[in-house]
Amino acid sequence: MFFSWPFFFEVLIGGLLAGVMYSLVALGFVLIFKASGVFNFAQGAMVLFAALTLVGFINMGMPTAVAILITMAVMVALAYSIERVVLRPLVNQPPIILFMATIGITFFIDGFGQTLWGSDVYVLDIGIPTTPLFFGDILVNSFDLVAAAVAGLLVVVLAIFFQKTRVGRALRAVADDHQAAMSVGIPLRVIWVIVWSVAGLVALVAGIMWGSKLGVQFSLVLIALKALPVLILGGFTSIPGAIIGGLMIGAGEKLAEVFIGPFLAGAIEDWFAYMLALVVLLFRPQGLFGEKIIERV
Amino acid sequence: MSSAAVQIKPVPSAEAADALLTVNNIEVIYDHVILVLKGVSLHVPLGGIVALLGANGAGKSTTLKAISNLLRAERGEVTKGSVTFEGQRIDGKTPDELVQKGVIQVMEGRHCFEHLTVEENLLTGAYTRKDGRQAIAADLELIYEYFPRLRERRTSQAGYTSGGEQQMCAIGRAMMSRPKIVLLDEPSMGLAPQLVEQIFEIVKLLNEKEGVSFLLAEQNTNVALRYANYGYILENGRVVMDGEAEALRNNEDVKEFYLGLSATGRKSYRDVKQYRRRKRWLG
Repeated sequence: MFFSWPFFFEVLIGGLLAGVMYSLVALGFVLIFKASGVFNFAQGAMVLFAALTLVGFINMGMPTAVAILITMAVMVALAYSIERVVLRPLVNQPPIILFMATIGITFFIDGFGQTLWGSDVYVLDIGIPTTPLFFGDILVNSFDLVAAAVAGLLVVVLAIFFQKTRVGRALRAVADDHQAAMSVGIPLRVIWVIVWSVAGLVALVAGIMWGSKLGVQFSLVLIALKALPVLILGGFTSIPGAIIGGLMIGAGEKLAEVFIGPFLAGAIEDWFAYMLALVVLLFRPQGLFGEKIIERV
Repeated sequence: MSSAAVQIKPVPSAEAADALLTVNNIEVIYDHVILVLKGVSLHVPLGGIVALLGANGAGKSTTLKAISNLLRAERGEVTKGSVTFEGQRIDGKTPDELVQKGVIQVMEGRHCFEHLTVEENLLTGAYTRKDGRQAIAADLELIYEYFPRLRERRTSQAGYTSGGEQQMCAIGRAMMSRPKIVLLDEPSMGLAPQLVEQIFEIVKLLNEKEGVSFLLAEQNTNVALRYANYGYILENGRVVMDGEAEALRNNEDVKEFYLGLSATGRKSYRDVKQYRRRKRWLG
C-alpha cells in the first residue's frame, strides 16, 4: 500500500481547498433559500453568466477592476429583472411553482449569456497567483489558498449581514413567513431584489474563482450539481453549513478516491458526494447545520 | 335583498366626525369570482376599541385584510367602496406604506417568525421606522414593560414559545411600528380563557396609555364586547347590526345567537334557524 502521512495530508488539504470552491457555489443557493424558501435552480447559470460577462468586458479592453464593478452592476440589474418579471407575478405561490420558475430562469440565462458573449471557452486571468507552494512535504497550490481566503471572507461578511443588520433580519423574517413579513411592513419586492443581488454577487465571486481555475465555459453550470450534496450535508439554511459541507465533500471525495478508490475500480470521486448526501438525508434531513423544522402540536 | 337595507343605514354622526378609520361600503372578491364582502361599512374613532364580530366565514378577517391590503397577496381585491384613514384614501396603498402611516395588522394565528428570537421578532416590527436606533431601543423596553413574559423569553426562538407568548410577541411586534391603529385578528384563538383575559387587558392598557386604536375581529363575542366600546356584527359578508358594546351585550338577538343566552329558554334548532332567517331578512 502506498499510504504515508504526508501524502494523506496532501490529499486532505487538496480536498479541503477544492471543497471551498464547492462552498462558493453552495453559498448562493443558501442565500436565496434562506431568504425566500425557494431553491434557486438558476444559481449555476448565474455563476456562468457572471463569469461570461466579466470575461466579455475584460476582452473589450477594460481594466479588470472596472470590469468587475460593471459586472456587479449587471448582476444587480439581473436580480431586479428577475424580481420584476418572474417573482412579482408569482407572489404567494407554493415553493414548487417558484422552483419551476427558477428552472425557466436557468434556461433563459444560459441562452442569453451565450447569445450575448458567445459559447467559446474563455481564459479568465485576473492575476490570482497559481504557484505551487511547499509546506514541509506537502504541496499546496497558492490559488487554492486564495480561494479559501475569499470564501472565508465572504462567509464572515454574509454572517454579519444576516445576523446583525436590519435588512439581514428582515431577510430572515421573510424566509420564515412571507405574509407576516408583509404585515409588519417589510416590502417583499425590495427584499427579493436585495437577496437576488447578493446571490448574484456571490455567483460572480464563484464565477471568478471557477472561471480562473477551469476557464469560462458552459460546463461551469454543472458545478451547481456538486453544490447539491454540499447543501444537503450542510443544511439549506446555514451559511457556515455551506462552507463546512463543502469542506467535507471536498475532503471526503478526494480521500475516498485515493484511498478507497483502488479497491472499487476507481472513479469514486464522481458519486461519493451524492452517496454521502443520501446518508445524511436518511439520518438528518435538515442537514448538519440547517434550521430545525419547528413543529408544534 | 337585505343589502339595500344595510347600505342606507345611517352612520352615527358622532363617529363619522372623529373617525380615525372609515371603511365605506367595500366589496371584496377573491380570485375574480368569489364575492366575500358585500358592502361593509364601519368606523373606528380615534382612541377607540371596535369589535368586529361574527361566525366563521362571515368576513371579519377579509375586512381587516382589505384595510391592511394583505388581501392582494391572497388574490383578493377590493372592487367597490373606499377606505379612508385620517381623512385620506388608503385603499390601493401597499402594506408597507400603510405600516408607515400607522395602520398595522396582527394576523390570525399570530404568525411569529419561528426561527427568529422573540427580541428579533419585535425588532422586525420596527423595520419601517426611520427615527433611529435609540428610539427603537426605548420602545423595545416599553414593550417589555407591557409584556414582562417576553423579556424572560427574549432569546428563545419564537417557534418554541407557547401560544400565549406568541400572541404577545405578535402584538408587541406590531406595537414596535408605533401604530395609530392595530387591526387585531382573532387574538383569542386557541388560548386558555385566562390568557385571553390577560391579552385583552394588555390591549386595553395599550389603548388607554399609548392611545392606540384597535379594530379587532373576534369570535369570542363575550370577551370582545366587554373590552370594546363599539361593535359590528357581520353575517355573510354584510354588517347586520352595530351599536355600542353595552347595547349589543344587552340585545336579545346578540344574546341568543352570539352569547348563547336566551330569555325564553332553549329553542329547537329548527325554530332558531327560521327566526334567524327572518331577522336577517329584516336587516
